[in-house]
Amino acid sequence: MNNNFVKGSWQEILDWAQNKSINMLHYCTGCGAIELPPTMTSRYDMSRFGIGPAATPRQADLLLVTGYLSTKTLRRLIYTYEQMQAPKFVVGFGSCTINGGMYWDSYNTIKQLDKYLPVEMYIAGCMPRPEAILDGLLKLKKMIADGEADGYQRYQDNLEYYHQNQEAVLGEVQRTQ
Amino acid sequence: MIDIIYRIGHFVLITVFSMALGLLFMGIARKIVARIQKRYGPPVYQPYLDVLKLFGKDAITHGFIFDFGAIMALGGVIATLFFIPLGSWQLYSMEGTVILVIYLLAIASLGMAMGTVGSGNPQASVGISRALMQMLGYELPYLVILFALIYRYQTSSVWGLMQAQAGSFLNWNLFAYPLMAAVAFVVLIGMMGKKPFDSMIAPSEIGSGPVVESGGKYLGMLLLQKSITIIIELALYVNLFLGGAENILIFTFKMLIVWVLATMFGSLFPRFRIEDGIKFFWKWPLGIAILQAIYIIT
Repeated sequence: MNNNFVKGSWQEILDWAQNKSINMLHYCTGCGAIELPPTMTSRYDMSRFGIGPAATPRQADLLLVTGYLSTKTLRRLIYTYEQMQAPKFVVGFGSCTINGGMYWDSYNTIKQLDKYLPVEMYIAGCMPRPEAILDGLLKLKKMIADGEADGYQRYQDNLEYYHQNQEAVLGEVQRTQ
Repeated sequence: MIDIIYRIGHFVLITVFSMALGLLFMGIARKIVARIQKRYGPPVYQPYLDVLKLFGKDAITHGFIFDFGAIMALGGVIATLFFIPLGSWQLYSMEGTVILVIYLLAIASLGMAMGTVGSGNPQASVGISRALMQMLGYELPYLVILFALIYRYQTSSVWGLMQAQAGSFLNWNLFAYPLMAAVAFVVLIGMMGKKPFDSMIAPSEIGSGPVVESGGKYLGMLLLQKSITIIIELALYVNLFLGGAENILIFTFKMLIVWVLATMFGSLFPRFRIEDGIKFFWKWPLGIAILQAIYIIT
């Protein structure tokens, strides 16, 4: 019991550090990428909340999926997600990731992102403005601090489900493990 | 026995102190760059949180060589640290520490190179080859300066060179040999991989170079390595050109001034291509260093 207490408090400290320091990998194939430069640079400066860009998936904590995903880019997104290190979060950005948005009857794009990857939260809008992005990321920070952002555990627990959905649209997916 | 414990305690203390100070300096640099870009910037303690977070994350290894490279990089800089006086606080003093320090700093870079070989990522290889090429660029003018100083003061220990500038601040090499100090400052920016000379880490071009495959705990370790490297390079500059200091507080203050200036210079310039960077080092800093060396020798 004592051991559990120590483990729990240590986890809380790590959660606290994680919520203050988030390295974001923005997957910019959709048009949402255009809202990110103002969010990162002088006008809205997200680095004051401890959120900064990451150069590679290995160094990233947060995967920001900006906009629609064709089946071709979904495959790369899955590879990217599986390269990230464990406390990792996915945020869907724009209405394309929620229900397909304006691509909803396209033959070649997926409609719901969270059938393929465990999404922590969505930022709705087409496009969401920098204020909305910052608001969403602040909510994500709160979720991480409270220990509610457990997408990577959901992915582990429901691996079958996610793999089935991925293979249904992509055919064969190359697995790292 | 007591002596050994005392010495080990000293090792640990000096390492932890340098790590903490280096991380603080990195935080200050981020704040300064933010203010120059008219941003608010992350809090000064952000690097501490980054390190804590990174050590809490999972990490994936790419084999024994990858692990060994990271350990060698960290061990190399910690070993270097013991030969550099911080104020009056130093562990070893002997003739030849200047040359020893240059050698030991290369070990850290070679450790990084080994790690990148272990990871097998082509972007990491590009990054580390650029870093080693750049080392070739800045070490030549730096060695010319160091040999000129060694010739001038007839001592090759960092402590001795620091003592030689004691007395008035006009004895500092900064004022005695200003050209040399300027060259060493440019070299310092190159050593720390700041903006005009950061082609080896270029995040948007080769995905942060040598550390491209390091995630989680490995990145945390390399961040600590980076923080100690910063302290070593600043301490070397302060000892050689700003006359050192009699206690650690003044020494830290002098290091901070050099660091802030280097950061400001770094945030003003765009990036050199690697070949242009080396050409620059071998043209201006090397030329001026040789002129100053000739002036000292004759």
